Amino acid sequence: MLARLPTWARWMLYAAAGVAVLTIVQGFDDTERLTAVTSSQAMLRWAVPIMLAGLGGLFSERAGVVNIGLEGMLILGTWFGAWGAINYGGWAGLATGMIGGALGGLVHAVATVTFGVDHIISGVAINVTAPGVTRFLSSEIFANYEGGSITQSPGTDGVGRFTFPLLAGGDLFGWESPDILGWFTRQDWFLVSDMTGLARGLVAQVSLATVLAFALVPLSAWVLWRTRFGLRLRICGEHPVGGESQGINIYLYKYYGVMISGGLAGLGGAFIASPELSGLYREGQTTGRGFIGLAALIFGNWRPSGTMAGALLFGYPFGIGLRDLDGSASHALLLVNTLALAAVTVWAVRRRRRFDAGLAAGLGLAAAVWYFMSSTVPNWWIDILPFVIVLLVLVFFSQRLRMPRADGLPYRRGES
Amino acid sequence: MNHTLARRVMLASAAPLAAVVIAVVLSSIVLLVSGSNPLAAYVDMVQHASKLETGVDIFNRATPLYLAGVAAAIGFRMNLFNIGVEGQYLLAFIVAAHVGALVALPSALHIAVILLTAMAVGGAFSGAAGVLKVTRGVNEVISTIMLNAVAISGLAAWWIVEWQAGGEIAATGGRVGTEPIDDSGLMPDINSWLEVFTREVGQGKRLTGMLVVAAVVGIAYHALLNRTVFGYDLRSSGANPSASHVGGVSPKRMVVAAMTLSGIVAGLVGMTELMETGYYPSNPITLLGFTGIAVALLGRNHPVGVAFAALIFAFLDISSGILQISGAAAREIVEIMKGVIILTAVIAYEVVRRVREREEATAAAEAMATAPAGAP
Repeated sequence: MLARLPTWARWMLYAAAGVAVLTIVQGFDDTERLTAVTSSQAMLRWAVPIMLAGLGGLFSERAGVVNIGLEGMLILGTWFGAWGAINYGGWAGLATGMIGGALGGLVHAVATVTFGVDHIISGVAINVTAPGVTRFLSSEIFANYEGGSITQSPGTDGVGRFTFPLLAGGDLFGWESPDILGWFTRQDWFLVSDMTGLARGLVAQVSLATVLAFALVPLSAWVLWRTRFGLRLRICGEHPVGGESQGINIYLYKYYGVMISGGLAGLGGAFIASPELSGLYREGQTTGRGFIGLAALIFGNWRPSGTMAGALLFGYPFGIGLRDLDGSASHALLLVNTLALAAVTVWAVRRRRRFDAGLAAGLGLAAAVWYFMSSTVPNWWIDILPFVIVLLVLVFFSQRLRMPRADGLPYRRGES
Repeated sequence: MNHTLARRVMLASAAPLAAVVIAVVLSSIVLLVSGSNPLAAYVDMVQHASKLETGVDIFNRATPLYLAGVAAAIGFRMNLFNIGVEGQYLLAFIVAAHVGALVALPSALHIAVILLTAMAVGGAFSGAAGVLKVTRGVNEVISTIMLNAVAISGLAAWWIVEWQAGGEIAATGGRVGTEPIDDSGLMPDINSWLEVFTREVGQGKRLTGMLVVAAVVGIAYHALLNRTVFGYDLRSSGANPSASHVGGVSPKRMVVAAMTLSGIVAGLVGMTELMETGYYPSNPITLLGFTGIAVALLGRNHPVGVAFAALIFAFLDISSGILQISGAAAREIVEIMKGVIILTAVIAYEVVRRVREREEATAAAEAMATAPAGAP
């Protein structure tokens, strides 16, 4: 029955079910933070860089180039983004961050496409190099700014905010539209008001950079699956020799893919350095989010919507953890983990995968014991949750994931 | 024959040399653009490095880099990417620090317990990625990246809170860390070995005893790969798993073995610091694992090549310290040099590899053409 619904409706249902679970679960822990508006807004902000890195990975890997250099490109994005934002304002910062990341992508493309260096090796080299480049640039530039140093920049400027009309009462050509979600939220109906409150948090007073980032998801899907450019790019990742026989310049499209990849990661980096998250460039501020983006890409099965879902899923605990000083919300989240593992157990039992069922049940039991034995959860659990989720997804569902067929394989023109 | 050998050596060393030259040229341009005198900076660095005390520092830095490089190289020889050296060594570091502080033993035994603990933790954590690969088909690049986070932001962050020492360290050093290990567990320095050849080492510098361990690891790595059946199986399985499988070598076993061995060596990386300070601090030296991957790449996974690569990186790290004092240039320029060296080196190796392949193909074609008809 679910399968017959259109995709967007199915996703809405999943989201609603998720919120329902969260609402019920948080009741046990006497916290309202899981479905608080601040939480959904924080989730959004934290998801953006992860999502942009993931989308970056998508373009690169769809073109057949594995990009674990995303972290380095994110770092370049934070530096160039901060530099542009300080000197020329918020929008320029996003643009320069994008350019900085794309330069990293260019290096990756030169190494992997032109010279045929192994993708992982080149990616590692970029990850090692990028912090050095930004360190040097900071020592030359930010250290001379007032309030800057070798490791950080002065504060950055951001971009404007936007409230969606009709949904959250934003202006529509000067007309103050009704605040529909706000009205529902004020009614204080069980579950319904929780959901509308959460939803309103996602559409009221959001940064235009966030809007731009989320607009890039359908745009990426459209470009990759509905345009000639996208078809050619994807053939590089599926069957480059076949594409070559059709007269496609595989090298060129791989360059496009990897540079777009770097540009998107760089945009994510600029977002991290923008007031939405940090408000300055600081060394080490990406904290592995390039890798989490990669994780979101894998979680999303190399698709834009899935990558977005992964980024939101991974951004959520970070957004929660940030304000969760007493650890109660993280604790409630543990119950969600238990439920999810229970669902995996049921799935495995129905598939008659005995080992998987046992493993999932065991892990779920461990989470449940932890939940009932403790009243708070330390910070580090939130920090590693995305990585643990992806490890478990890979352990249980790796057969269901399908990466582009020629992803990571060397390609030389005229050799098959 | 001799001619080809000389040519091979030349081809093999041409690439890293070219990488270093290009790095020097590029960073000179960067320095000129930023208004510094590159020559003055390089002279300062080399002069500084030629001092005995700086030399000791360079070797102390090269030791963990070499170990990390060998750890990564073991994986590479089996076509495995152990990106997880970083997490493995930090996790091994903290566990070994804790275990070392718990026990009181005679010195040699105490040190052995600490090192073995570190090796066991590193090996187990890395081996887990190998098991995931062979049982679940999880790519080791992805799993080790994820396990890095689990180790560093998760387990190590948890345990440093759990095992935190009482007020003593915090009060004296102003730093937080695990309970310090008794002196019996700290490896003595090997200054006396060095002083056989030269004058007394001053400034309280201590040449780490881990240098000996690193040398042993390097020799063991060479011997294992080139002098044992296991090493042969490992290399052949890495080069062609299915052909090797036909020959009776289980590729799955080899994957787990290689990942575990890699992790065992990775576990030793943090020991240089532990043997010096005796505890796991809240801010241990990080990024050695990722740099180790770069070192392995630059050194072509060869025990001696990796040693040279580790020394180059350590030289850049340590000798650039003088730039802060002399003011000839920003010391961060070496970060750019390191990046350029590694990027150009991997590109140069690839180009050299292709040149060699083409030559072999041409040579084979010529041999075929001149061979008498009917010959195999």
